[in-house]
Amino acid sequence: MTVSFRDSIALHANALSLREKRNEILASNIANAATPNFQARDFDFEAELARASGPAASQGSGVDATLGYRVPVNRSLDGNTVELSVEQMEFSENTLRYQTSLAFINRRISGLMTAIKGE
Amino acid sequence: MNDIKNVFDVGARAMSAQMVRINTVASNLANAGTVSGSADTAFRALRPVFETEFSNSSDSLATTDVSEIVMLDREPERLFRPDNPLADKDGFVYSAAVNTEEEMVEMTEASRQYQNTLEAMSTLRTLMARTVQMGS
Repeated sequence: MTVSFRDSIALHANALSLREKRNEILASNIANAATPNFQARDFDFEAELARASGPAASQGSGVDATLGYRVPVNRSLDGNTVELSVEQMEFSENTLRYQTSLAFINRRISGLMTAIKGE
Repeated sequence: MNDIKNVFDVGARAMSAQMVRINTVASNLANAGTVSGSADTAFRALRPVFETEFSNSSDSLATTDVSEIVMLDREPERLFRPDNPLADKDGFVYSAAVNTEEEMVEMTEASRQYQNTLEAMSTLRTLMARTVQMGS
């Protein structure tokens, strides 16, 4: 049985890459929390991960996500749709999940290293 | 202006925009008690105008920038102070049009937003540092 290193780790690599992109977008939203008329943006992580890992995705071209606009819970008068509480919650969850993916990759690598060294 | 290359540029610019806001608040508060001899020369509160700036290279990153600093269109209060050396011929002086409570709220909000951006940047920095050490 041959297990391709790339296949075994590709899902987590895609997830990590998408998580990073999402973190950047959320940080950008937080940075614009006081700018009038700014529209908060985000993307559907699960849909994008399914697309990036699916058969249609070209290998090695990196991930890109189609962005949508956040629908605010309460509209603000200046047209800004950033709600700090929502953005910070999404940001902290996304950070945690990034670290989870990273831990998975690290465990996979250290498992392979153990197998190589034969300790 | 340089292009926004990554999320750290976003943070740096957003924080400097908030810093401009805090500076204008400090200037407004410092001038809160001043009086002037005419309504035209009286101090009026300054306020930065924020504007979203989008990155050229990627469609997702956007940061905030101060496009201009405007004087608020408010009438200074007319006070009857005949003993003041600055008073006009009718004995009136014009005090700076600064609302101290409003400035305090503005300062708190700017400082909170500065902290939020800084916190997000420091989290991303930690994540990057951990990613660099992947596999070790």
